[in-house]
Formats: sequence, structure tokens, C-alpha cells
Amino acid sequence: MKFIVAIVKPSKLDAVREALQGMGVAGMTVTEVRGFGRQGGHKEIYRGAEYEVHFVPKIRIEIAVGADIADRAIEAIRDSAGDGRIGDGKVFVLDLEQAVRIRTGEASAGAL
Amino acid sequence: MTVSKPTRGWRRMALALGIAAPVAAFAPPALAEVSAESQYIFNTFSFLIHGVLVMFMAAGFAMLESGLVRKKNTAAICLKNIALYSLAGLMFYLIGYTIMYPGDGGWIVNGIFGNLDLFYDPSAAETALIAAGDKATPEQLKAVVDSGYSVPSDWFFQMVFVATAASIVSGTVAERIKIWPFLIFVVVLTAIIYPIQASWVWGGGWLDAMGFSDFAGSTLVHSTGGWAALAGAILLGSRKGKYTADGKVTPMPGANLPLATLGTFILWFGWFGFNGGSQLALGSAADAAAMSIVYVNTNVAAAAGVVIAMLVTQMRYGKIDLTMALNGAIGGLVAITAGPDVDAHWKAIVVGGIGGGLVVFAVPMFDKFRIDDVVGALSAHLVAGIWGTLAVGIFGGGSFFTQLIGAVAIGIFVFVASFIVWYILKATVGIRADEESEMNGLDIAEVGMEAYPEFGQAS
Repeated sequence: MKFIVAIVKPSKLDAVREALQGMGVAGMTVTEVRGFGRQGGHKEIYRGAEYEVHFVPKIRIEIAVGADIADRAIEAIRDSAGDGRIGDGKVFVLDLEQAVRIRTGEASAGAL
Repeated sequence: MTVSKPTRGWRRMALALGIAAPVAAFAPPALAEVSAESQYIFNTFSFLIHGVLVMFMAAGFAMLESGLVRKKNTAAICLKNIALYSLAGLMFYLIGYTIMYPGDGGWIVNGIFGNLDLFYDPSAAETALIAAGDKATPEQLKAVVDSGYSVPSDWFFQMVFVATAASIVSGTVAERIKIWPFLIFVVVLTAIIYPIQASWVWGGGWLDAMGFSDFAGSTLVHSTGGWAALAGAILLGSRKGKYTADGKVTPMPGANLPLATLGTFILWFGWFGFNGGSQLALGSAADAAAMSIVYVNTNVAAAAGVVIAMLVTQMRYGKIDLTMALNGAIGGLVAITAGPDVDAHWKAIVVGGIGGGLVVFAVPMFDKFRIDDVVGALSAHLVAGIWGTLAVGIFGGGSFFTQLIGAVAIGIFVFVASFIVWYILKATVGIRADEESEMNGLDIAEVGMEAYPEFGQAS
């Protein structure tokens, strides 16, 4: 099993969800987050004074998938979240040791 | 026929001298006699309904300020706003009203310091009339009706103006002032400082005698609030981190611009009561017409203030600053408040537009002096208020020189008196929250609760 964490632009959330659901990913967790990467933030103006916004709003998506479809899932995220511009985000992939469905107690791949 | 402007002072004097119901200051030929009782009813209605509109401005200030402070100071600013409105209402009852309106011969120092009639009851005549019931004599009814309006309705209308002046102070000193010392200042401002300077004009004092004209209070309410706030801001110092050592401004953006926008709309809405009600009468066609003109002038001035503020920020900063557009509306409204009876609507547009434009230049100016004004109240109320007062002298509502004297005299009095009060508070109980409280937010430090506390408890 793989645990995939994707940081994407807020406006891409729906496209990513659609792409992942379309290829059989059964669930996802989403958080509003802020951060910076190479983009490094941007400038805003408030009452005549410029200031740097270091942490840009992003969406953090977490999914757990079987190892067999992990590559396709990453591909789907890239296709749906990418604009080809700076600030598109990142995907991190971790090995997932265990998963448990709380209601039934099913474990491992059956719980996904 | 002499046409004198129906200022508050004029009406009060007429009342005191026993001139019978001189409600319509203009005296065009009447088509049919309007009975004194009808006038009494309409005038009273005007005071009450316009007073309620001005009362709602307290909500406007609360929302504007809530939107422009950071989240951690939201509960504190809300508390300050409801507290100051309440204190202003009580202090004006206990002391303020008779200082402001001593009536004929009631002055302690003629034209300068009014009457100290504690617990003055504005409703005495009305209460007696109602208590008499069927046994009320025609003379008793006539005495009430001949005053032209119910005295408590006028009292109420004047009271809500005091609260407005106090609201102005709250926004400037936000995010770093301790609540109790602030409220003590509000008590002194609304019980003593505001009534003294207002008596000089609306109470028939020395500035009124000079011919100084301030229809609804560009100077008496808005600049007064502004001067009191300026003295406080100077003694209080800026918020931690607002200005860097090399003189740069660190913006501290407000937490909720929709609330700030709502607050501005509420203020604009309430301003029709502020200026419209300051016609002080609705008992004749002439007064109704004059009041309608005031409404139109008030609206176009605010609109012009917004548009000019938008254009100026676009040109100066390359973007339209929403908070400046909001301040521009207030700047336009404050500017027209001294003369919303101006005789041409285009003049109101010019006065309001300049008021809105001044705000955009005044905000960075105060920053340059390191005077930290969280919501832009000094720019919108003090600067635009001075401009509006002088504009009356430019656009034919009075002598420019007299207007200047009034603005300067009241400015010096209010600033010095406020400075002394703030200084005493600073030297005794202290006015500034400690550094840790400021960092953590006044909600926790002063109020002990957060504005938005739910996390992990909701739904």
C-alpha cells in the first residue's frame, strides 16, 4: 500500500478529485494548508503598504491506495492539477504499513 | 423676511425665549394652516426615527472595526463598542445634556461653559401631561406642543451623536489599549469634553454667536472624535512591529473585509439619520423639502468619496484598495456633514469627493509620523471633518474665516483636554496592554474569550 500526499492549487481540487475517483480511488482526505515552495510567496498591498505573503494557500490531499495503482494515481494527479506553471504543487509518496476500517475492523488492502 | 438657518442653537434659543413653535425656519406662504399639534407629531417622529438610524451607526462602527482588526482582537473591539455606546448614553443623561444645552440664562460661564444640572429630566413636561390624563388642561397641552417637538425625542437624537464621537476613538486605539482605561476616557469625553465644545455651537454659545456653522457635526462630532483619538494614539504608541527601525510600515491586514464592508454600508445608512435628522424639523413642506435635499447631498457626497478613493489608489498603487474605498465613503460622508444643505448637488459631490481623496493621502501621512491608526479614523473623521467644515465657508454656507476659527478652536480644546485625560490615565492606571497581551491578542488578555472559539467542538 502507498500513502500519497499531494499539495495542489485550491482551484484544482475538484479536477483532482474527479480524476482520482474516475480511476477507482475510494476515498480521500483534504485540508486547507499554507506553504511555500520555489514560488516563494507573493506580494500584496494593504492601505498603501506592500507586504510579502510568504505562505500561499494550497490544498493538501491525502489518499491511501494499493501499490498496484499508485503510479496511475500519481499520473492522474499530475494530469488534473498541473498548469505547467510555477506553483502547481508537489506529490509525496510514502509506504503505508497498515490500514484499518473502524466500523468492521478489516485490515490492509481490504480496508481501503 | 429674514431666513436664518435652523441650527440646533437657534432652535434652542428660540425655545428658551418662548417664541411660539418656530419650527419652520423658512416661512413660505402656507397653502393651509398646519396645526401646532401636527407639527409637534412630525417633528417628534423625525427626531425618533432619525435618532434610531444614528443609533444603528454604533453597529456600523462595531462591524467596520471588527473587520479591520486582526482576529485575536475581535471580541475586545466588539466589547468596546457596545460598552462605549452604553456609557455615552448614561453619561449624557447624568451630566452631558445640560452642559451642552444650558438654555437661556443657564450658563455657568456665558457662552463657554453650560449648566451642571445633574440628572436633568428631559421628559418632565411630557410625563406630567401623560400623568394628568383626562384632567390635562389646555394650557398644559399647549405648553408641551408649543415646544415644537417632544423634548425627550430631541434628547435621544442628541445622545446618539455623542456616542458616535466616542466610537471614532475606539477604532484608532484598537489592538493595544486596555479596556477599562479606554472606557474611563469615554466617560470623560461623553460627559464633559464633547458637551462643552458642542455647547459652543449647538447650545447657542460663543461660536454660534460668531456665525460658525456646522449642520450635523463635521467638527462637533467627527473632528472631535478624531482629535480625542489622535491624542490617545500619540500617548499610546503604535502596535508592536507596525513600524520598522528604518521607517517602513508593516501592514497588519484586517481579518474580515466583508464585515468591514457591511459596517461601512451600515454607517452610510445611518448617516441619513445623522444629516437628514439634523434638519431638526419635519413639520412643514419647506422642512420636508430641505430634508430631502440633505438626503440627496449626503448620498452623492459618499458616492463621490468612494469613487475618488478608488481612482487615487488605482493610480498610486496600481490596485484598488477595498479598505481605502470604504474609508473613502466615510470621508465623503464626514465632509458633507457640516453642510449637507448646500444649495447645489454638484457642490456636495465636490465636497465628498475631496473628502474621500484626502483620506487616501492622510493614511500614509499618519504612518509617516508613526501614528498608528488601525481603522483610518483619523483620516476619515478628523481630516475630512476639518475639510468639510472649511468647505461650508467655500461653498457659500458661511464665512471661511469663521469656519476656520471654529475648527481650530474646537480642535485645540478637544486635543488638549483629551491629551490631559489620556496622560493622567497613562501615569496612573496605564493605558497600554503589556507586550505579551498584545501578542496573544486582547481577546484572551482583556476579555478572556475568543471571538471564534470553536475548534473540535462544533457539529
